[in-house]
Amino acid sequence: MTTAVAAAGVGTAARAGVEIRLENLRRRYGAVTALDGLTLTLAPGELVALLGPSGCGKTTALRLLAGLEEADGGRVVIGGHDVTGLPANKRDTGMVFQAYSLFPHMTAWENVAFGLQMRKIGAADRRRRAMETLELVGLGGFGNRYAHQMSGGQQQRVALARALAIRPKVLLLDEPLSALDAKVRARLRDEIRRVQLEVGITTLFVTHDQEEALAIADRVGVMQSGRLEQLGPPTTIYARPATPFVAEFVGLTNKLSGDVRGGAVEVRGTRIPLVQSDVPDGPAVALIRPEAVTLTSSAETSAGPLVGTVIATAFLGATSRVTVDLGDVTVLAQLATSEATSHPAGTRVQLALRADPVLIARETSGATPA
Amino acid sequence: MSRNRRLKLQIFRLAVFVLLGAFFLIPIGAMFEFSTRGVTEDAPRTLNAWLTIAQTPDLVAAILASLGLAVLTSLGMLVLLVPTMIWVRLRLPHLSRVIEFLCLLPLTIPAIVLVAGLAPIYLWMNLNISDSILTLAFVYLVLVLPYAYRALYTGLAAIDVKTLAEAARSLGASWITVMMRVIVPNMPVAILNACLLSVAVVLGEFTIANLLNYVNLQVAIALAGRANATVSIAVAVASLLFAFILLVILSFFGRPRARVAPDAPGLPYPGAAGGGMR
Repeated sequence: MTTAVAAAGVGTAARAGVEIRLENLRRRYGAVTALDGLTLTLAPGELVALLGPSGCGKTTALRLLAGLEEADGGRVVIGGHDVTGLPANKRDTGMVFQAYSLFPHMTAWENVAFGLQMRKIGAADRRRRAMETLELVGLGGFGNRYAHQMSGGQQQRVALARALAIRPKVLLLDEPLSALDAKVRARLRDEIRRVQLEVGITTLFVTHDQEEALAIADRVGVMQSGRLEQLGPPTTIYARPATPFVAEFVGLTNKLSGDVRGGAVEVRGTRIPLVQSDVPDGPAVALIRPEAVTLTSSAETSAGPLVGTVIATAFLGATSRVTVDLGDVTVLAQLATSEATSHPAGTRVQLALRADPVLIARETSGATPA
Repeated sequence: MSRNRRLKLQIFRLAVFVLLGAFFLIPIGAMFEFSTRGVTEDAPRTLNAWLTIAQTPDLVAAILASLGLAVLTSLGMLVLLVPTMIWVRLRLPHLSRVIEFLCLLPLTIPAIVLVAGLAPIYLWMNLNISDSILTLAFVYLVLVLPYAYRALYTGLAAIDVKTLAEAARSLGASWITVMMRVIVPNMPVAILNACLLSVAVVLGEFTIANLLNYVNLQVAIALAGRANATVSIAVAVASLLFAFILLVILSFFGRPRARVAPDAPGLPYPGAAGGGMR
């Protein structure tokens, strides 16, 4: 519906994305280190999501890239130009904020045209480009509305249009969906990805929502304590987490006690290969995804290390999450809903652990689902 | 809310409105009645006192001087306070307490003490710069700071200054543009309130002008009162009416915009304007 508009106005043909480099960025707030030597390169046209818990430094990284804060050290390079010393209004970035940020005294199209006016583009061109960009985000008929006349989702779309209308070199998204309800969030998330691909702009997306990050990013960077723990495609981040933190932060994880020996860990009689190569032999806690756990009915088996009782089933749609009590620990298993319904609460079941490579957690005590 | 309860609330509102209206209007009515009395007890009503205002050059000059001072003080207050408060909120939040303290300080200093300190400065200004009554705008600027600060503070607190400023900066706006095109247009009521309070303070100020030997509106009213009481009361009523007109203007500008869109064409998806998304 909007491809033609995109091609005419803010389309890929008009410009290609540029490479963005954050080099060894450091930022401290008093005694707190927000960024501890962050290095990250975004390929032209790529969408990278920075994911992490509150205070991990992801928003600081985005604000340093936008020029809204100054780095204590390191460099920001946009399209080959060092912009570290440039103020925010000279960096040519478009940004969508977590809080609703439309100028309340301006209509939607005036908001979108504001950045164009700052670039001294003529009134007729401004209006045309503003309306085209509103079309691009699906709000062609909303040009004359004020922020208070629009829903939260619509306001964030206008904010996206406003950021894109100036044809910035980089698009920065600072948790733009977090104020919206779940249904709108999912829809707008897909819209953002569609528009980003149409426009072909290099994009940094900051979020604490793993589902959001995994769903739309080309690559996901998981951050902790101002550092990048792992950077990679969503499938790799999920299936092959590089560190226990990534494994525990992205997706649910069972923590089961085991015994490391000869590059593998033995968990309740099942030998599973390790991701890490440097784990010393001895007791350890293995991090096992719920999808790597399968169930079979266990009417005839009364005991065993992986025999337990189903205590709850959470319906998630196509899949269900089954909680099994093994006596000393509870284990989560994610199954197709059709399969999960055959194991109602109270059923005795036999678990099996798939031999996918697993990570070993740093701590060696406790064995509960994370 | 039940109908009975709503009715009681409306009666209560009406009672408060009538009571407060009487509280304000009865004294003004009495003043107006006094200003239109004839010279003898059984003489007919006359507007002579009101007509005399225009025919008394000193009084007209004092009114114009006070209006000039009100305009100058309001402009000075806006130029000084609005950018300072926005800048402190955006870039120097750790200084907000200091600024608040400085702005509220004039409330704690009696006018007579201010004059004691200002008299030598005004003596020097009279000799070296100007002896115009408009120089009083400097000291009036200090006097209005506490009231204007509070009004502007409320306006700034009502908007997300930081996010709006950052959004404008990322779109290429300079700091001046951020202030003038993004922040200030979103606090019109606060600015009008600050101006109204400044005008009210200036129009009502007597002590400093009198002690520094300037004739502003209040000093002129006091002087006129000695010669002709009805004229001085007519001027006082006129100044109250002026303040009332300013209030009406304020309420006109301060009216909230319509909260509902007149139409909803082309919703981007079903339920797009639903309450859940707000």
